[in-house]
Amino acid sequence: MAARRCSASVVLLFLCGLSVFVAANEQNTTPTGGYRAAEADSPRTPAEAAGHPAAEDGRWEATEVGDAAPADAEPDERDASRPGTTVPQPKDDFQEELVIRPLHSGDIYASFQFRTLWETDFMKGNKVSHYRLFPKSVGQVISKFSVRELHISFTQGYWRTMQWGQPFLPSPPGAELWVWFQDTVTDVDGMWKELTNVLSGIFCASLNFIDSTNTVQPSASFKPLGIDNVTDHRFLRYATLPREIVCTENLTPWKKLLPCGSKAGLSVLLKSEKLFHSSFHSQAVHIRPVCQDSECKTTSWELRQTLNVVFDLHTSGQGKREWSLFKMFSRTLTEACPLASSSKIYIDITDNPEGELFELTPATPLLSQAVLMGDRRTFSVYDLTQQITFGTMRSLNLLIRWKSSEGHMLRPLLHAERYVAGYGLQAGEIHTLMYNNHPYRSFPVLLLDSVPWYLRLYVHTLTVTSKGKDNKPSYIHYQPSKDRERPHLLEMLIQLPPNCVTEVTVQFERALLKWTEYTPDPNHGFYVGSSVVSSLVPSIVAMDTNSSLERPLFSNFFPCKEESSYFVRIYTEPLLVNLPTPDFSMPYNVICLTCTVVAVGYGSLYNLLTRSFQIEEPSPGLAKRLANIIRKMRGVQPL
Amino acid sequence: MGLLSDPNRRQALISLLTRLNAPICVVCYMAGVAWFMGLAFEPFTLRTYMSENAMGSTMVEERFPAGERALATGREFASQKNKVDGMPVDWLVKAMQARGLEVFTQRFTRTLPFPDENNERYMVKGTNVYGILRAPRAPRTEALVLSAPCSPGDNNNQAVGLLLGLAQYFRNQIFWAKDIIFLVNEHDLIGMQAWLEGYHHTNTTGMDWSPLQGRGGSIQAALSLELSSDVITSLDLVLEGLNGQLPNLDLANLFYAFCQKIGVLCTIQGKLPRNDWDSVSGYSHAVQTMMLMVMKQASGRPWGDHGLFLRYHIEAATLKGINSFRQHKTDTTTIGRLLEGMYRKLNNLLERLHQSYFFYLMPSLSHFVSIGYYMPAFGLLAVILLLRALDLWVQLVTPAAPTEDGVVDVEQSGSGVLSVLTPLVISHLTGTALYMLPIRFQEMAVEHFPVSETEAVVLTAIAVYTAGLALPHNTHRFVSGEATEQGWRVLKLVAVLYLAVLLGCTALINFSLGFILALTLVPVAAFITPHVPKVLSAFVLVVLSPACTLLFSVFFFQELQEMPVSFQDGWLLYLSVISQGILDHFLYGSLVYPLIALMVYPCWLLFWNILFWK
Repeated sequence: MAARRCSASVVLLFLCGLSVFVAANEQNTTPTGGYRAAEADSPRTPAEAAGHPAAEDGRWEATEVGDAAPADAEPDERDASRPGTTVPQPKDDFQEELVIRPLHSGDIYASFQFRTLWETDFMKGNKVSHYRLFPKSVGQVISKFSVRELHISFTQGYWRTMQWGQPFLPSPPGAELWVWFQDTVTDVDGMWKELTNVLSGIFCASLNFIDSTNTVQPSASFKPLGIDNVTDHRFLRYATLPREIVCTENLTPWKKLLPCGSKAGLSVLLKSEKLFHSSFHSQAVHIRPVCQDSECKTTSWELRQTLNVVFDLHTSGQGKREWSLFKMFSRTLTEACPLASSSKIYIDITDNPEGELFELTPATPLLSQAVLMGDRRTFSVYDLTQQITFGTMRSLNLLIRWKSSEGHMLRPLLHAERYVAGYGLQAGEIHTLMYNNHPYRSFPVLLLDSVPWYLRLYVHTLTVTSKGKDNKPSYIHYQPSKDRERPHLLEMLIQLPPNCVTEVTVQFERALLKWTEYTPDPNHGFYVGSSVVSSLVPSIVAMDTNSSLERPLFSNFFPCKEESSYFVRIYTEPLLVNLPTPDFSMPYNVICLTCTVVAVGYGSLYNLLTRSFQIEEPSPGLAKRLANIIRKMRGVQPL
Repeated sequence: MGLLSDPNRRQALISLLTRLNAPICVVCYMAGVAWFMGLAFEPFTLRTYMSENAMGSTMVEERFPAGERALATGREFASQKNKVDGMPVDWLVKAMQARGLEVFTQRFTRTLPFPDENNERYMVKGTNVYGILRAPRAPRTEALVLSAPCSPGDNNNQAVGLLLGLAQYFRNQIFWAKDIIFLVNEHDLIGMQAWLEGYHHTNTTGMDWSPLQGRGGSIQAALSLELSSDVITSLDLVLEGLNGQLPNLDLANLFYAFCQKIGVLCTIQGKLPRNDWDSVSGYSHAVQTMMLMVMKQASGRPWGDHGLFLRYHIEAATLKGINSFRQHKTDTTTIGRLLEGMYRKLNNLLERLHQSYFFYLMPSLSHFVSIGYYMPAFGLLAVILLLRALDLWVQLVTPAAPTEDGVVDVEQSGSGVLSVLTPLVISHLTGTALYMLPIRFQEMAVEHFPVSETEAVVLTAIAVYTAGLALPHNTHRFVSGEATEQGWRVLKLVAVLYLAVLLGCTALINFSLGFILALTLVPVAAFITPHVPKVLSAFVLVVLSPACTLLFSVFFFQELQEMPVSFQDGWLLYLSVISQGILDHFLYGSLVYPLIALMVYPCWLLFWNILFWK
């Protein structure tokens, strides 16, 4: 299989946008909030601002993009203001964050981000044994398996791009795991096998079902997100389990990795009875090495735990378009995690500058801006490290009350869907549709398809069409499957023309499995994991390429190298394909029938047809035989 | 089989079979018919039972409260329908969006091969509207469908109202594990065909449709709802689909179970259940119900919007609300609760419905006849053909055996092959003409004769059919010089075996069609020789030909439905049935018309040929 490589694909590696961080603050007592806000002589840091009363309302100010110094200074100042919770020279650091975005459909999207940074080196000879904030189980995994980067996500549900827009961190339905190993590792497959089993134990998930039949090594789609830009994909392993069901037993071990557990801080909101009463639930762990400063003199390990959840307006009952922390999580907030250096809640109010869409109480004086997904967004910020945030009730219960009730479909710039075409149990066709909704810019996307071996892809039927015309991919990497050993891997770099839909189709044949290879519920069908579409989408506003700048956690995950575009990864829906299935419910009948037909019917019929019948001569008597022998010796004719 | 390996005993057996061939055939025929009639006798049938565990023990609660509101929505839909004189697409889109669904539309156009006079349509243009209820925390891999047709006139407004009411109620529930697609299809079956082809991106019938924007993964089950009155007296279940396909019996069981639970009167084939199986009228009631199912299944056409789902291995049925003059009425809330219960149980499915039977007949909703019970009836008819074939074979072999003259045999078989092949080819060419000509020549026929296109097609078909009888069949005289006794025997042997294979294959796919054809064609195949009285036999042969079978079936079907027709009306109905059959083939891919034209009719012509051998 000829695989052409295109240099452009490598570019996709270094992607991504950045945001103008804007630490903003206000200096007023807002009428609804009812607590004392502050006036600042220097409006740079919220921590300082907290002390001074003022009468101005709704003013916020942005720091300069290049001006890193105040941002760097910020944590120090905050540390100083809370003596006793931090060590003088902290080598590890914990931040927590909750972003809430009210969606047009009336649903609400909440995204938790927890980041633990630790300036240590797991790979050197000295064993790391003293753990403070960083979870020991994860640290041991990193050092034992020589992991350079590890990304694991568990998702229940499918992210509805057309209704909800882009998520902060995308993930496919089911479980997804991709790992970059250090280039010192010799037996990558062995390491991978062991690692998946260990992770299976840590997260109480069926990751042990990851084996060579569903593991691939993508050549371009998954590049390291940390500092090491290795491109040798021999050290990369990627696998998805689309069938994995995510529930509380996966949430509990995930929560245990947090320094505060579920005892304090934002994590008290993580109650499973509410998190799983939602439209979408996704939890993830990302481990990668990152730079400490802009010169990248020192590196540290970043453990980022994210949890995304979308609550549904209709199923939450009452029918009122109204959301509060209590209604979402059945808890309110009373304190930040004492171990956290920063603990904030962001509410996306971009579409609601004048409060005409929804009403937010208590109001906050703090505003922040971030460039996110090619768009400049404005957020209201609640700093949980400030006692004043909790007001006189000593608890924070944010309330969002909708004023209008319009719910229209969105038109995200990039959107993809996939389905199986055809009927019958012999052949079929996989259609992948990719929508470029940009009015005039075309952009490249990398499509990754990993298809199990029992769907035999006919690669000669692969077509890519846009607007009815053939669209030739500039790069195709195809690895054919081997029965019962490895899946198909198809990676393509496709240029999506503006304002149209690009369709990728490939035909397949359904293989007949051996009877022990069927799952216990064969008539349910077999899953094919999501395809992955990675792309650099043209940005409307200039992206921030300075990665060292202090920014909200949700906006700085994907590194960004260009100002004009930002990185987006979207996942299509998984497929459920029926394979030809024997009727297992009547093996007895089947065995009886086939045995009877073969033994009695076919056997004797064959016998009748092939045998020639002759009248048998009666056998001669003993005397006659003797006489014949004598006659033969004499050379005369026998009787 | 040891019996057959012994030459002496084999001879004895064969001579017995040839000597008693005719009586055995008669007995088999009678036994086959008797067996079939016995199927409807209740003690011989099995009670239906739920095989699927996921739907069995897990009880669900039905709480749908909003029947009145659904009716109001239905009335609003009716007024909107009258306002735009067709499908109120914008209103439906808004209504579904307001209920929190993801709404999409699909446009389609279809030009029929000839005008459909029953439904008065030729150039069909329409729009399907569907809304998807996305199941929370489900990855869009499985879906259920609830559909209601947007019919012309005042029909089915309540069905659309109830569909929207259920959509609103379902949307507020958290327990859905599969996406639910609410579909309102225009132009009933054509719209449904367009939607299904769009959903599965296939094009089997040459329809133009715009691609679908939203999907819900593989569809597990579907129900189609037809409801034209605010209150109903009973719900009728329609199962027969395209080409005689039936949904899994568990779907019928599910419906029956919920009718029992909620207390709705349910029927099948419009026949109420009765308990007096031991009385003559009770038995004849069961026979009528079963015969209706057999007739409907044999027609190979979809008897409701659900019928087209079956091709895609989606279990589907149509529920029809019937409002008669009974006292006890059921309101819309109750029907809503019934549907809610069915969908909640379907939602619980872990696998596709596969546990229960796919091949069955139903003499009542509570009893069924499985394939193992009804196949012997057909087998007894089919064995007649094999016995006749054996008899012919023996007759062909016996005179040749003592001479043992190889040269003569070869010569004979050489001319024999030709004399068999020529009628085979001619009759199949006639069949091909019957299949191709009616559509091709409709324009020419309309130009030259004072008929409409539809009449032209039907009359051309009948003309070709009749012309086939007059074709020169006695080609063997030109090929081999004379009509040998050997010649017709070989031809009949081939014809009988051909018919046996043909009917056997048909019965495996569509038992009813196979059985009805066997009922009429097997006697023909059994008795026809060149030596029987010509005129009488020709008459019997024509009476038992496929076309006349269809004519009788039309009258019989009307009789079973308790709507007997006069001969004049019956004839008109017969003509429209033919045109519908041809349309079904071109619109939905029904295989009955090609099967009759390309296979059964040529096979019957062979027997006609044998009759006029000399």
